Order: sequence, then C-alpha cells, then structure tokens
Amino acid sequence: MLEVRGLTMRFGGLKAVDSLSFAAQRGEITAVIGPNGAGKTTVFNCITGFYRPTEGSIVLTHPDGTTFPLQRMPGHRIASAAKVARTFQNIRLFAGMTVLENLLVAQHNRLMAATGFGVLAVLGLSRYPKAERVAIDLARHWLDAIGLIARADDPAGALPYGAQRRLEIARAMCIEPELLCLDEPAAGLNPRESEELNQLLLKIRGEGCSLLLIEHDMGVVMKISDHIVVLDHGKKISDGTPQEVRADPAVIAAYLGEGEEDEEVEAEA
Amino acid sequence: MKAALRDAFLSAAVALGLFGPMVGLVTTPTDHGLTLDPRPIATAVVVALVFFGRLLVVSRRARSRQEVVGRNRALAEALTRAGRFVAPALLVVAIALPFTGSRYYVDLATLVLTYVMLGWGLNIVVGLAGLLDLGYVAFYAVGAYSYALLAQTFDLGFWTCLPLAGILAALWGVILGFPVLRLRGDYLAIVTLAFGEIIRVVITNWVSLTGGPNGIVGIPRPTLFGLSFSMDGGPGTVAGFFGIEPATIQRVIFLYYVILALALLTNWVSLRLRRQPLGRAWEALREDEVACRSLGINVTNTKLTAFATGALFGGFAGAFFATRQAFISPESFTFIESATVLAIVVLGGLGSQLGVALAAVVMIGGLELLRGLLSWLADQMGSDLFAGIAGELPLYRMLIFGLALVVMMVLRPRGLVSGRTPSVALGARKEIAAELVAQGRG
Repeated sequence: MLEVRGLTMRFGGLKAVDSLSFAAQRGEITAVIGPNGAGKTTVFNCITGFYRPTEGSIVLTHPDGTTFPLQRMPGHRIASAAKVARTFQNIRLFAGMTVLENLLVAQHNRLMAATGFGVLAVLGLSRYPKAERVAIDLARHWLDAIGLIARADDPAGALPYGAQRRLEIARAMCIEPELLCLDEPAAGLNPRESEELNQLLLKIRGEGCSLLLIEHDMGVVMKISDHIVVLDHGKKISDGTPQEVRADPAVIAAYLGEGEEDEEVEAEA
Repeated sequence: MKAALRDAFLSAAVALGLFGPMVGLVTTPTDHGLTLDPRPIATAVVVALVFFGRLLVVSRRARSRQEVVGRNRALAEALTRAGRFVAPALLVVAIALPFTGSRYYVDLATLVLTYVMLGWGLNIVVGLAGLLDLGYVAFYAVGAYSYALLAQTFDLGFWTCLPLAGILAALWGVILGFPVLRLRGDYLAIVTLAFGEIIRVVITNWVSLTGGPNGIVGIPRPTLFGLSFSMDGGPGTVAGFFGIEPATIQRVIFLYYVILALALLTNWVSLRLRRQPLGRAWEALREDEVACRSLGINVTNTKLTAFATGALFGGFAGAFFATRQAFISPESFTFIESATVLAIVVLGGLGSQLGVALAAVVMIGGLELLRGLLSWLADQMGSDLFAGIAGELPLYRMLIFGLALVVMMVLRPRGLVSGRTPSVALGARKEIAAELVAQGRG
C-alpha cells in the first residue's frame, strides 16, 4: 500500500537518504531499523510531509484504489486526505488540554465539517452536537484501548511518560488512519509498558490499520513486525522478514561496526 | 538568607545606577538657565523600595516548584468558583450602572467597556491561538474609519455600517495574515507592530480620503430603531417619541448600552467558539503547531480565522468608538493603544474572559476610581494631602501602570485569572494549572 521509490533527501551537501526504495504491505507492521543517524526519521518526515524529498516518489494506495503522491502533498493534507498519521520521537501532546480534548482535536476536520464554517454552530443551528457525541464515542473507544478512560479529564501534560506515549498513539488513531507511522514508540518505556505497547500495536493492526515503525528496541521489533527494512548511512542494506534480517551478515556488520553490540545481543536473544 | 541579602543589595545597586540620574537629579530653571539639583531623599526611598521588594521576592522563591504548582491550581479552582459569582455580579453592576444617573460614571464605564471588548477580541488572537499581535489597534482604526467614511460618503446609518466595518476589519486581518502567518514568535510580533504603524501612517498621509491629521468630524450618532437623539425633541427623536425632555444623558446611556451589548456579543461568541472545533484547534495551535499539522489541521487557515475573528471585533469596537466620539483622527490609534490592550490581556490572564474584564476595569477605570476616592476622602476630612495626591495622580499614570505590571509578573506571572477550563469533559470539568498550558510561540 505504501510504495517508496528512489527516495533521496539532501540537506546541503549531506545526503541523509540515498535513493531508498521499499514497500509496506496493507495490514502489516513494517519496521524501519538502523544505527543512529541512518536516516530513519528523515524517511519518516518525508512520508508524513514534514520534509519535501529532493528526489523520488512516495505513493500511498487506499483500499478503494485511490492513490496519493505523498511527496507532492501539503503536510496537513497527508493526514486529512491520505490518512497517514504519525507520532513523534519526543512526545508532542497538547499538554495544557485534557486527554479527551487531545483526542477531539485529532478529529478536527470531521467535526469542523459539521459546524457550517463555525458560524452555524455558534448560533446553535448545526448538527454539531451530534457530531461531537460521535467523536466522543470514538475517543472513548481509544481511551479504553489504552487504559486511560479514568484520566480523560486530566491535562495530558500531567500524565506519566508511558501514558503520554500511549495517548499520542491513540490521538493519531483518532484521525482513523490507513497508515500509522510511529517514531520510536518504545523509547523510555520499562519492560512492562513495552509489552503493553506491543499488545496495543497488534490490536491496531487487528483493526485493519497498517503500521510503519521506527524502533531501537529490538525486543519490540523482532516480536511484532511482519517485515523489516534496515537502513545504514541513508541506504537500504537489508529487507525481509525478522528471521531473514537477523541472519543477514550486512545487518550484523552494520550494527557491530557502529558499536551497538548491546542491541545486537538483544536481537540474538 | 545571606544569599537573599546579597541579591537584594545587588538589585539596590542596579536601582541606584538607574534611578540615580532619573530620580536623583532635577533641573530647576533659574534666572540664568537651568541648574541641576540633587534629590537624595527621593532616590533613597526608591532604592529602599527596590531593596525590600527584592528581598520579598527572593524569600518567596525559596518554596519548591511542586508546592507552587499545587497552590496555583488550588487558587485557579478557587478563582473559577468565585468567577461564577463575580461574573454575574459584574454584569448586574454593568446593567444597573446608568440608573445612578451620573454622567461621569457612565462615560467612564463606556470607556472601560470599549477596552473590555478590545481585550476580549485580542484574547482570541493572543490568548487562544497564541499569536502575539502588537498591532491590534490597526483593526480598531480600520473599523473606525470604515464607519466614518461609509456613513459620510453613502449616508448610511450606524447599524448598517457596523457589520460592514467589522467585515472590512476582518478582511484586513486576512490580508495581513496571509503573508505574515508563516512567521513565528518574535518575528510575527514585529510584523504586526509594523502593520499597526503602516495603517496609522497611511491614514495620516492619505489626506484626500481620511482628512489626514485633521481627522474626520461630524460622524453621525447611532439611532434607536430609527429614532435619533437630537436635542430639538421633534417627532423623529427619542425624546419626542416617548414624550420626555431631551437631554444629552439619554444618548450617553444609550451608547453605554450599545457597547455593553457589543462587548457581551464578543464574549458570547468567544465562549461558544472555545467549545467548538475551531476554538479547540486555536488552542491546540497554541500548544503545539507541529502536532496540529500532523493531525491534518490546516494551520494557515486556522490562524487566519483567529486573526479575522479578532479583527472583526476590533472593527466593531472601532465603529463604536467613531460614533461615540463623533470625531476620529490618527492620534487615537497609536501604538500605546495596542500596548494597553495587550497589557490588559496579559494582566488578565491569557485566555481568561473574566480576567480580561477585571484587568480592563483595573487598568482603565482603576486610576479614575482611585482619584475619585481620594478626592472624596479629601472632601470628607478636609485634608490637603489627599486632595494634593488626587490632583497629581494622572501625572503618575504610566508609573503606576509599570509598577502594576512588575508586581503582577512577580506575584502572578500567568495573569490575574490563570489556568484553563477544559472545553469538554466526560465527568466534571477540572481546572488545568497554568504551568501546563503553553503560551504560544506564534
């Protein structure tokens, strides 16, 4: 469903991503891994419209056959029309708004359509109240899924770190995406939280949403991904199932060469 | 304690350096030119004030941050609870005020309400959307001149021109917004500041249209369902229709109720918008623009609507200003007006409707009320001292403003009524402590 072809991103003289091609299948969890500085987040930013790629194409196909050339679309359309949601490496919640409000902001476009350009709703003449009830139901569904329903009315900034991570995923899911891009969702989580996260991601996949995942935690990657793409220095060095990638000498060399033995050990485990 | 003392001494030294020349030296005209006289006592008083003030501030700061957050949240909840009584009480006072029959108070209250309305309008841009606008007075000017020119050129009445003035101001808000909204924070502030000045300079120099520095005179007064407030008491006037003696106070009171209604309209619309996707998107924009974009919110359009809505109410207020004064000139639309309105919003607490209203009452009406109180005391006690202070008070207006701002920023850095009420809740709404709420980076 996602087809990246010849993606190149240059920052001045630096080639962060060098003619990268890979594909992500519908209903699968695709992980992008690689040593620090391999260009994973840059690829993400290109897919979600935060960077405009220097060269190459990124095409997303919806189940109904509509195609979206993501490399040419303005950033907000990638979320609203192409239905690609993302989370951030450093959590970006609306800290001063409640958990529930965070999830409603994510449904902005659908709710806004019900307000008659905002004017009718101010006068109390639109079908907005009904739309809001539907939106709150969807928010409630995801709050149940992440176990934060009891804290729905607390400010997002006051939640513990692990809960904030889960909330950010729930918020991204509230735009009802076709593809969810997660930038290191397990960073900073303890083993128990990490396990909960795995369950949440599998549940999201179960609801028919495809996932694209950047991750350092090999425990998460090896356990839940269906497909792994390995990057090093902006180039793809391996691509396949977790078993294939784990056995690939190029991957082992890249990780050992970068001095990230601990992750390799985890991968072996 | 030792550190606090050293800190206070340092501040006192800085104050001495600053105020030494400004307060400590006074020029007195003599027969042959000016002489420079020292004023040691005044300087000592100022420096001592700074010393003890600093000591107080430092000792307050010793408390832990956690404690402060908890206390501020409790305070915010108490204020919101109090607000439920204060806001209706203020409204009752506002409605009942003209029955005192005092022209002085009604005039003063009209002025205060104009600033309340401007504050509420700017609160949408600065408080909700987090866009720092230093040129809000431009929209006020556009509204005022739109009404004056439309009324005089096409002979239209106030009530026809009012929406037009608002729409024109909103249009200018969008025109300003388009090129500017890619900028953030300080850059946005500077461009809006420049925009305010551009509008004023254009008005000053486009003499053939706006009359330049001479302004526009004889702007028509508003009517009450077609009845004018003219003094002849004929059939087409309010006095003639109701069979009462014509008096200026009738028009003054009518104008007062007009601005009260306009201000309440501003308040109602912003409160409604806050609970809807648009208002929520503004607040989300203030919290995190990047996250907004990742959720599919069109950031540019959302910012534009905030600018346009704020400008709309600025335009309404401008049209009212023009019809009330019956005379406008570029002098009424200087930067100090923008700064005053912004100070009201910041002092009141970004995003807080009640706070802005209170801040406007204190900043615009407070000094006048204090002066009234002092002269009343002076009359009662026959005291020359109070009479003297009351007479001199207007001279110290800016000094008192400055002091009020400094004291507020020390005691309540997030404004009079800080904290945020959630726009929607599953259970009971809980106040959000101001420390968590972002202030916007443009």
